[in-house]
Amino acid sequence: MTDATISPAADDLAALAAEAAAQLAAATDLRALDAVRVGVLGRSGSLTGLLKGLGAVAPEQRRERGAALNRLKAELEAGIEARRAVLEDAALDARLAAERIDVTLPARPHPPAGPDAGTIHPISRTIEELTALFGAMGFAVAEGPDIDTDWHNFGALNIPEHHPARQDHDTFYLPPGPDGRRPVLRTHTSPVQIRTMVTQEPPIRVIVPGRTWRADHDATHSPMFHQVEGLVIDRAITLGHLKGCLIDFLRAFFGIADLPVRFRASYFPFTEPSMEVDIGWNRRTGELGQGSDWLEILGSGMVHPRVLANCGIDPRAWQGFAFGMGIERITMLKHGITDLRPFYESDARWLRHHGADPLAPPSLAEGV
Amino acid sequence: MKFPLSWLRAHLDTDASLEAITTTLSSIGLEVEGVEDRAAALAAFRIAHVVEAMQHPNADRLRALKVDAGDGRIYSVVCGAPNARAGMKGVLALPGASIPGTGVTLKAGEIRGVRSEAMLLSAREMGLGDDHTGIVDLPEDAPLGESYVTWAGLDDPVIEISVTPNRGDALAVHGVARDLAAAGLGRLKPLPAPRVTPAYASPLRWEIADPRACTWVLGRAIRGLRNGPSPRWLQDWLVAIGQRPINALVDVTNLFTFGLGRPLHVFDVAKVKGTTLTMRMAREGETLAALNGKDYALTAEDGIIADAAGPEALGGIIGGAPTGCDEGTAECFIECAIFDPVRIALSGRRHDIRTDARQRFERGVDGDLPPLALDLATQTMIELCGGEASAVVAAGTQPAWRRSATLRFERLAGLGGAAVPPDEAVAILERLGFGVEARDADRVTVGVPPWRNDVAASGALDQDPTLPPERARAAAEGCAEIEPECDLVEEVLRIRGLDRVPPVSLPVASPVPAPALTPKQARAGLARRVLAARGMLDCVSFGFLEGRVAALFGDTPKALRLDNPIAADLDQMRPTPVASLLLAAGRNAARGWPDAALSELGAAYRDPSPQGQVAVAAGVRTGQTPRHWAEPSRPMDAFDAKGDAMAVLAALGVPVAALQVMADAPGFYHPGRSGVVRQGPKTVLATFGEVHPRILAALDLAGPAVAFEVFLDAVPEPKRRRRGMPDLPAFQPVRRDFAFLVDAGVAADALLRAARGADKALIADVALFDRYAGERLPEGKVSLALQVTLQPREATLTDAQIDGVAERIVAAVAKATGAVLRA
Repeated sequence: MTDATISPAADDLAALAAEAAAQLAAATDLRALDAVRVGVLGRSGSLTGLLKGLGAVAPEQRRERGAALNRLKAELEAGIEARRAVLEDAALDARLAAERIDVTLPARPHPPAGPDAGTIHPISRTIEELTALFGAMGFAVAEGPDIDTDWHNFGALNIPEHHPARQDHDTFYLPPGPDGRRPVLRTHTSPVQIRTMVTQEPPIRVIVPGRTWRADHDATHSPMFHQVEGLVIDRAITLGHLKGCLIDFLRAFFGIADLPVRFRASYFPFTEPSMEVDIGWNRRTGELGQGSDWLEILGSGMVHPRVLANCGIDPRAWQGFAFGMGIERITMLKHGITDLRPFYESDARWLRHHGADPLAPPSLAEGV
Repeated sequence: MKFPLSWLRAHLDTDASLEAITTTLSSIGLEVEGVEDRAAALAAFRIAHVVEAMQHPNADRLRALKVDAGDGRIYSVVCGAPNARAGMKGVLALPGASIPGTGVTLKAGEIRGVRSEAMLLSAREMGLGDDHTGIVDLPEDAPLGESYVTWAGLDDPVIEISVTPNRGDALAVHGVARDLAAAGLGRLKPLPAPRVTPAYASPLRWEIADPRACTWVLGRAIRGLRNGPSPRWLQDWLVAIGQRPINALVDVTNLFTFGLGRPLHVFDVAKVKGTTLTMRMAREGETLAALNGKDYALTAEDGIIADAAGPEALGGIIGGAPTGCDEGTAECFIECAIFDPVRIALSGRRHDIRTDARQRFERGVDGDLPPLALDLATQTMIELCGGEASAVVAAGTQPAWRRSATLRFERLAGLGGAAVPPDEAVAILERLGFGVEARDADRVTVGVPPWRNDVAASGALDQDPTLPPERARAAAEGCAEIEPECDLVEEVLRIRGLDRVPPVSLPVASPVPAPALTPKQARAGLARRVLAARGMLDCVSFGFLEGRVAALFGDTPKALRLDNPIAADLDQMRPTPVASLLLAAGRNAARGWPDAALSELGAAYRDPSPQGQVAVAAGVRTGQTPRHWAEPSRPMDAFDAKGDAMAVLAALGVPVAALQVMADAPGFYHPGRSGVVRQGPKTVLATFGEVHPRILAALDLAGPAVAFEVFLDAVPEPKRRRRGMPDLPAFQPVRRDFAFLVDAGVAADALLRAARGADKALIADVALFDRYAGERLPEGKVSLALQVTLQPREATLTDAQIDGVAERIVAAVAKATGAVLRA
């Protein structure tokens, strides 16, 4: 179709569109905008009039003109809505500007609390208990980032790229950094072992409580969870010390002086020899220290010489142990919590029920 | 890895009980995942003979049977099964027995006037299948009175163990048996000596065109075969571990995969094109029609076995369908090869093919077994299918598997904590297949058996690249020296039992140890406690959330978007915990609890570097204060959030009076009702304020909602110093009130500072106790009322002195803010 064939009728549409656009731009508040809308699309609006006049158009032009009118109508409606959003935003901004308060005024003198105090999350509580108990055994707390390098999370821990153990980790990856390597959300707290050994001279005695992440989400797995790692490096630390340390901890944590603890051989790339640790319980009732069943609770072992060497520590001079356990798991066992999911849902009712008293931090004097 | 007990007994000569076996397996590192013991539930059921079958006098569909149980008694049984008939043999349950399929305990009774003292069982009632069309109909020769499970071969418990990635050798019944024998549970039966006489030249030969595809391969043909179903013992074993018996040739390869951890493959010679099987890398565009019925597009990184027609197997992973053996195979060719574990792992992962062969090659197989395994497999195939063997053809070279390791006996106690006598340690190693090469009073040197690729393995370290070279080298040398010994200590201890290592409490340097937390680390716990004491609920939320939501709260750099999120609404690391808490407040409101006070100590993520992960104490409060007779309910406002932030900062030892509050808070706050708390001009310690109405709308929150963030890492570490002497002046303080009229835009803080600065020696405190804006004041003005406390130290203040200070205060405030004293 060439310009010459545009019917005179098309010109009036172009003029109407141009005029409406000018009016929209000129409408600086919502009331003005509404006036524009009524003027064009209202019962006696200009476009409405043209639509009404469609019946008088020759049948051979009616279809084409009708389509053009409807297109224009849709355009104008969209234009009005876009303008409305802009004006509403501006109105909100103006309102907010008018609502300005003097934020330098002193804060309220009291918290707006009801009769109930708040609570400490069971995970936070367990971390405090771990800190108190391991602190008594001479451990310091070490921390590290949630997002870490592949090397800290895997390579330094003797989990090379194609190692089958890596497949078990369900790792979350972030886009590659400037070095071309993809950072990971740490799959365990063990990278902090590495950070500690790289920056600190032995002897070392640390625990590492913290968030960990794995791409797994179901009733018993959360994509984010918590672990506590333990690391002891010294001259003459043996597997016997590892066993003693864990038995002492588990019995104190669960408050069961004769809690049965069993050690089984296992394998982790970053320890050798490696052990899994079970505690005695009654599977039917969930009672710990009772019954004749065993429940796997943590992994441990003597730090692998490769891990020491990767961190620049000579395994001829230094040796030690490491262990790791799930904080949710020991928390659930200790308090009889059966469902993992509510830990992360921040349901006030659950937090009030399972949360701890903020004014009674764990104390060795009272027993954690 | 699964195996029936009878298979284990084929490799282990033992009289140990099932329980002793499973307990030992778990103890030595082959953790038992479960034992499927079909016999236990069926132990009471005996094979019985139906002596007589009469129509039940009172029921058309029932029969009255007389059943001989082989125990000298004839039982009266009422039975409704259509196939019950005189002369048949079936399975009988006596009163007291629990019926596995129904869970009911059987009782003797009367059915429609006829006594029924026992029950003949269907397969479904025994839990052995779905067949419930009739009672089990045993063959004529089933032995009367015998245990049914024993006769049926069901008394063969199936043990399932989880094998750790280092123990490829334990993915074999023989390897499991070796470990058990080493642990004292019997004697490992040696593999039989093969007696295969080659009768002809192999019709196929090997060629290794690319050593990446394969380093060593053996093969041989068998001709004159009659392939068919394998014998029952073999089928039973395979069924027990979840394998489908296919035909004798294929079943024998599985027997070796699971029995010896030695995957084999059989080609049908008639289907192979040409006379050469070539180990090479695949070419782009080549495909393999695999035995699992799928077609795979191969890449140049896949090692394959090819004939003249192209790829016939993905070496070490899966064979090809066109050359596979079937019932019509008359001549087969057995492949027995060594593949590179990493290449197998990569190819397997690339094509997502999980096979038992891949699982074993990926972990490394016995480097010395192929010749013997090939002979044994040949012999077994000839035993089952007849035929005669060709000569062996080979290509490549055997891997150098021989390694030595030395154990200083002292290390068993020095590292392992167990004073193991040297003879006991050496005996354990020998039972595991380590050969003593040299021994003196202090140490033993052993040869590592070819199936233990995990012991004294070489492999590059992955050292910290920033280590000083000297230190890195010393550590690497130390590792090379210590690691093999560590491997041996582990072997001795695990087989001997870790429970026999005496536990020793960790020695402590001091009975009162140093604090576990540095003052800096202790701050998170303190902040959490302060907020909870202020009524907030400590929360723990995921650090990632939906990108759209995250974007409402700040920058969402691509570098913090997960490559592989587990769900679309958990794909972006959060810019602030406030986002998580507002979402949580929304969920609580949806449950009918709109008044929430939630806090979290967690990270805000700015970039992936360690410094970009900022420790934040955050909180939100939504809705109203509680209704109470003593205090009216009111909506939460910015000064509540400011109170929370300031309480945290005060608890962390920050002198809060000296902090500056400015109105340039992040965009998720209401721009006029939010502030940033700074120490000095740059250091941002906290933000607080009402949440922006647009955020509330986007999250579908009713509001009001207020929030705050305290940046723990920005808070300077408080210096530990003594408090010195307290200031306890002997004279009473004097308090004076001042009401100023000031422009509404002037910050109250400016007045307070000016007033404080008017006489630093005398003015002890300035508090703002009233703020009024309203019609009694000129337009644009507010009234701010201050209480100033003057503390004299030398003598009681005179009126003149007080008036003098008051004048200085008014002047200072006027100068700083333009305020005038209200008349």
